[in-house]
Amino acid sequence: MATIKVGMADLNICKAPNMITTLGLGSCIGIAMYDPVTKVGGLAHIMLPDSTQMRNNSNIAKFADTGIEELLKRVIAAGANRRRLVAKIAGGAKMFEVKGLSGIGNVGERNAAASRAKLKQLGIPLLAEDTGLNYGRTVELYPETGEFYIKAVGKTLKII
Amino acid sequence: MAKFSLDQVNDMYFDVLKEIGNIGAGNATTAISNLLNIKVNMDVPKVAFLTFQELPSAISAEEDTVVGIYLEVESDIGGSMMFVLKMESAHYLVNRLMGRPDDYAEEFNEMDLSAIKEIGNIISGSYLSALSSMTNMVITASVPYLAIDMAAAILSVPAIQFGQYGDNALLIQTEFGDEVKIQGFFILMPDVESYDKILTSLGIAL
Repeated sequence: MATIKVGMADLNICKAPNMITTLGLGSCIGIAMYDPVTKVGGLAHIMLPDSTQMRNNSNIAKFADTGIEELLKRVIAAGANRRRLVAKIAGGAKMFEVKGLSGIGNVGERNAAASRAKLKQLGIPLLAEDTGLNYGRTVELYPETGEFYIKAVGKTLKII
Repeated sequence: MAKFSLDQVNDMYFDVLKEIGNIGAGNATTAISNLLNIKVNMDVPKVAFLTFQELPSAISAEEDTVVGIYLEVESDIGGSMMFVLKMESAHYLVNRLMGRPDDYAEEFNEMDLSAIKEIGNIISGSYLSALSSMTNMVITASVPYLAIDMAAAILSVPAIQFGQYGDNALLIQTEFGDEVKIQGFFILMPDVESYDKILTSLGIAL
């Protein structure tokens, strides 16, 4: 079994029995997508909610809207059936208890909301999520089972 | 007169930040030295311009636990700043401050966490006063916010801030210490308007 690593503002596909992971999601969101029949999946690590709000938006994997669209394209090209695709998301933490809602304070929450909205718009069911709170998460997607592992410092492994 | 290209501006900005890093680290070293009542030497800080993909692993392995201290910057400029300490360095500083043996490595208690915040406050304040005196601007900081978590998760905060304007982040690395080296990383994140203000006040034409 090989491990495929996805960096920040990055995405990739993964076929069973391999595993795809991204390390230390903070306010960013990890969006996992997979087809339970062909066992083809993919993972995106987005940083910001909306590419249309930014002047510099050439890196499509950086944003929830363009990142999820690209992930969808890539998993379909790799052999996933669009009608069977399902998604799980994790991350979107508020790493620092900064008061007020300005700027960076609620970007995690906005990332999660934008990811949910984009999946809904594309008609991909969001099966489970582990978002918010105030800690970092490492995630691993196993397309073989569709299990999405969530690891955090000082916490027990969570599987959604 | 030759026009500046954005690259040139960035080069000059880079040099200025390096200088701010130098002065800031010098101020910080004196402050830490007084606080802990020990002799502290400082190395010349390293400044690195990184893509935000490189940022999470520049300080430590992505999943290593680090201490992050975050402050919002206010008054003449807006934005935020972050100081990241490696776990060993944080333990060392707290042990010194609390009068414990150097190898004590129990989980931080409430007192320790306040001590770390205070250390972060002093160090950040040192950098900000360097920036303030170079730019002749009034720069104040919010109370410090603290998080102890995976390096990548802590650094997602500055990465996102930088990610809004481009694909790069500027990291100032300082090493100071006596017999034990303390490694600290400083990241300044002015918002877009403040970036212009800083350059203008430094006499760097856009």
